[in-house]
Parts: sequence; C-alpha cells; structure tokens
Amino acid sequence: MSDALASKVIAAIAEMQKKPLEEVKLESTFGELGIDSLNGFHLLCELEEEFGIVIPDDDARDLRSVGDVVEKIRPLVEARSS
Amino acid sequence: MTGLGVVSAIGNDRKTFWESLTQGRHGFREITLADTTDLQYRMGAEIQGLELPSFFDSCSRQLLDRFAMLFVLAAREAIADSGLEAAELRDAAIVTGSSLGGQSTKDELFRALYQEGRRRITPFAVPRTMANAGASHLSMEIGCEGPGFTLSTACASSAHAIGLAFWMISQGVVERAIAGGSEAPFSRGHLKAWDGLRAIAPDVSRPFSLGRKGMVLGEGGGALVLESLESARRRGAHVRSLLVGFGMSSDAGHITKPSARGAARAMTAALEDGGVDRDRVDYINAHGTGTALNDVAECQAIEQVFGALASKLMVSSTKSMHGHALGASGALEAVATVLAIENGVVPPTANFLAPDPECPVDCVPNVAREAETRAALSSSFAFGGLNAVLAFAASDVSS
Repeated sequence: MSDALASKVIAAIAEMQKKPLEEVKLESTFGELGIDSLNGFHLLCELEEEFGIVIPDDDARDLRSVGDVVEKIRPLVEARSS
Repeated sequence: MTGLGVVSAIGNDRKTFWESLTQGRHGFREITLADTTDLQYRMGAEIQGLELPSFFDSCSRQLLDRFAMLFVLAAREAIADSGLEAAELRDAAIVTGSSLGGQSTKDELFRALYQEGRRRITPFAVPRTMANAGASHLSMEIGCEGPGFTLSTACASSAHAIGLAFWMISQGVVERAIAGGSEAPFSRGHLKAWDGLRAIAPDVSRPFSLGRKGMVLGEGGGALVLESLESARRRGAHVRSLLVGFGMSSDAGHITKPSARGAARAMTAALEDGGVDRDRVDYINAHGTGTALNDVAECQAIEQVFGALASKLMVSSTKSMHGHALGASGALEAVATVLAIENGVVPPTANFLAPDPECPVDCVPNVAREAETRAALSSSFAFGGLNAVLAFAASDVSS
C-alpha cells in the first residue's frame, strides 16, 4: 500500500532513525526500527505539528508499527482537511 | 586527585586551558550563541572551535543539551587522564553540579510554545533539560552503577558536588568518584535575566581591580577523578594533588549581596576539615566575580580567616579568563587550582588595571607567577548565600 500520508510518515521515520527509505515499511514494527517509547512520542509530536492534529494519549500508547501510526492518524488528518 | 578534564572558552582540553591561564589569556568575545539585541552587554566567554554534537552519536545528540555535552566531554578527558578503565569505575560515584540545567533547550522550546504557537513539545524536552542529564549520560556511557546525583547551588554547584564526592570517599561510601559540573548559560532568556540584575560588565572581567564593572558569563565543563589514596597507590596512579578538606556555610543574610562572614565561615570549615594550618596555605583561587560587592566581601573574609597571614597569600581569580561559568565555576577553578599546585605556577588575575584599596590582596595581577603552593583553597560563594570551599594540598605534603 502506498499513499501520500503513508509516504510522509515513512519519510519522517526514516529521517528520525537515519535509515534509508526502503528499510521503513508499513509492516515494520517500532522494535525493528529501533524506536523506543521516547523516540516514538517524538515522532508523534512531529506528526501532530505537521498535520495540525492531536493524537490522544490513549491512542499513542497503542501504536506498535508504522502502519499503526498511519491508520491512527488518517481519520484525524482527513477530519482536519475536510 | 588522579584525573582532570576541562572544556572552556580558554581551552577545550586541560593542556590548552592551562596554557591560557598561565599566559593570562582571556576568552571574552561578542556572544554568538544567543541574540543580544537590546542587552546592556554583549560579551561572554564562549567555547571556540568545537562542534559539540560531533562528539556524540545521533541518538545521544538529540537527548543532550549543550550543558550535558560539556560535562560528558570534560569527564571523558578526566577519566582518560586517570588511566582508569570503565570497568574500574563501575562502583564509582558521579556527582555533578549545574545551576541552570538545559537552559538553552528550555529557551528554544518556550519560544516555540509561546511565540510560534506550537501545540506540543518534544518528549526529549524533559531528559534534555533535567539538571542531572550530564551525570546520567556519563553513567550510561561508561556503565557506572554507583551513586549518582546532581546539586544545584547556583555559582557554587560544582564545588558542592566535588566536596560531597570527596566526603563520600573519605567516609568509605565509594572508593572512586567523578565529580564536577557544567553550564551553558548563553540563551536569550537567561541573558535577559542577568541584564535585569545589572551585574554584567560591558567589556571584560577585572576581579579585584579598580574600574571593575561586574562579571562576564562563561560556559564550560570541568571534571575531576577522585579516588582514595589507597586506591591510587594500589594501582600506581599519578596523584596530581590531594583534596584534603571541604567546608560549607550559608550566609543567612541577603539573597544576592555576599557576606564576608559567610565566606569566612566556609573557608575556616574547609581548613579545619582538612587539618590545614593557615600558614601552609599559599594560594586561594578566589570566587572573584569582578562585581563591586563580591570582591570587597571576599577580601574581608580572607582577612578574617588569615589575619596577618593574608598579606602573604596569592589570591587570583581565574574567572578573569574563563568567565563566570556559574554552576561549572567550582569545577573549572578546582582544575586550575590543582594544576597550579602541580606545576608550581599561580595563574594571574587577568585584565587588572590598578589596585583597589578595598581589595588589599596580592591578586597576582596579569602575569602568572612561579611559586610553590603547599596548600590552596578554591572558593565558591553562590547567589543565595550558599558557600563551598575546597582545600587542596600538594601530593607530597600530607595524607
């Protein structure tokens, strides 16, 4: 699956973790990418700023993979742009 | 004392720092790290020629404020100087001092929050700004699992840190310790705070001199590896000098106006703690901020403690060169004091113009002096009236 939102999230993660884009896939887990809770929250902070959204704390704690992030923020981003 | 490390405006390592001190070379330049628009002063002692983040991996970099980087760098040099391997420091204590913690990070983030309207702040904010960040990162880097903590007593922070680490060794709590502190005070918000105090000189720091106009802020980090004499002798380490006494006091007076009585009490306590006879003290590395009030009160305190012996003392302020690095000052000055004892050279008070009758001490004006120092004090007297004095002795004088 590839869409603009997913591409932006993948790019943000690749930049944060200093990894090539092709190593960051939707099914990649935070553990596989070396993202600990602190880095994970930093990523969410950057995404919130970029898209003008607020990711609730309860949702943020459940995220385990790149795909989780994309799907969790998609409705927030769509609501914001509609 | 078996290891020394320093990063400062007059040298990014121990050797350069000492060369600058003995040449009377100061590090005051126009501040570049923060916007000084509409401040009453422009000068500061910034570190030169060091790309700090390059000494850390990308993961550590985002978690470290400048002040924490400065301590870790100084500690790396001190540990290398001691010859100790990380495994030999596993049970050591790490004690640091910082007045401000991650001030630059706070300033950046508050600007983003209040001025740019950001809604959320990075989760790195808390670990970057906490005052114990330097101690924590060092412990992680070298795998040190012993006691670790950070003190904040304004300008006496790292002197208190070194003193308490020394007492922990004396009490047998630990055999070795890495102690010191760091400060990175150049952020606009912080500079504006000092502007309000009107305590900063517009040009350079001139402690004890007629025509002095105040202190000049500096940044830096200093670290000392302390170990029991038994530990040092057992491994055949080079003992640079002995830390023999530590004294503390509180002025219990004014929040910013220094008290001669409080300073004298801390100096006396350090001498008594170390069993140091007054007539063996040859040198005092003074608090010597270069403010009108501090220098007079400090000279009065020296007179109270040493009486007729005061006129024979050499009393210099190395803040005249590395600037007033607030919570890091005690560590930078402890390093300077140890090097003075070890090298038989007393660093000068730089930028000295003319004697002030209210500061009747031999402040070693402008030119370093070859002189034996049998015992020395390093004084730190903080805003808030919390004082810390360290007593050192040449390594062949006593145990």
